[in-house]
Amino acid sequence: MLYWTSWSAFFAMGGYGLYVWGSVLVCALGWITEISLLRRQRQALLHHLRRVEFARGLDKENS
Amino acid sequence: MAISEHPQHEGGPRWFRLFHFASPYQFYPLAGKLAPWFASAAALLALTGLWMGFAVAPIDAQQGEGYRIIFLHVPTSWMAMFIYVVMAFWSIVHLVWRTRLSAMMAQSLAPTGALMAFLSLVTGSLWGKPMWGTWWVWDARLTSMLLLFFLYLGFISLTRSIDDPERADRAGSVLALVGVFNIPVIHFSVKWWNTLHQGASVSVSKGSSMATTMLIGMLLLALAAWMYSIAMTLVRVRVLILQREAHTRWVRELIAQEGD
Repeated sequence: MLYWTSWSAFFAMGGYGLYVWGSVLVCALGWITEISLLRRQRQALLHHLRRVEFARGLDKENS
Repeated sequence: MAISEHPQHEGGPRWFRLFHFASPYQFYPLAGKLAPWFASAAALLALTGLWMGFAVAPIDAQQGEGYRIIFLHVPTSWMAMFIYVVMAFWSIVHLVWRTRLSAMMAQSLAPTGALMAFLSLVTGSLWGKPMWGTWWVWDARLTSMLLLFFLYLGFISLTRSIDDPERADRAGSVLALVGVFNIPVIHFSVKWWNTLHQGASVSVSKGSSMATTMLIGMLLLALAAWMYSIAMTLVRVRVLILQREAHTRWVRELIAQEGD
């Protein structure tokens, strides 16, 4: 089933290694970046909303 | 309106129940339950597809091992186009029925679509350099894909720059609809014009001219990209819902309870 006979051949990609692995790298970076950015955005929002809720609670106490 | 008073529309006409999930309050938990499934599907399909494409599929007679970029370039290109069409669909729904969740869906799709368009251009460049001898050429397909990327960026900037959410939604929907005509241009560009970019090797009417393992690998990765896009969109629309509905009681109760 496996097409490759050696790791070095796999990494070399018949001379096209730079382009093939470059593409793999840029896609991996893109998707990982998107996922982390989204995660951070969500956590920042939740953090913010919790603080607003907390502040509201304080306002209620003091009023 | 208290949460317990939200209308349930039990036993109403079927089309009426379609709007059940048009409510951000109803859709939020559904999206939360669905997202992990799509994410897992994406991971599984990606691993299998990458295995097929990079470990099993044989060398190409004309392009050597360099052709393997196809396993990344085609899925990202297809998704870049497909996501925009879905955005246009939600934009029509928004303009016709004025449901703000539809606009939120369109806005949640855009960043993923933009990324796919960007990756399509970059992987395409990396493929073009060894094969055609150039990083870029202003042929019909590349140019229209670049235009698609700019449309995504324009949509994102436009919807984020307008303060009033309703106006932002409407402006975005119009832009999405105006730009959707670019999609068939991209698709048919290799047929309508003399392009450097190669013609279709996979077509619905004529089948495929690729080796089977290559085709399977490509389709698996295309599916993976699709599942990934759905998962990302569902997570993003949840963030957008919380943002837009922050003043409502259900969001405040959600935050107060468990903050999740």
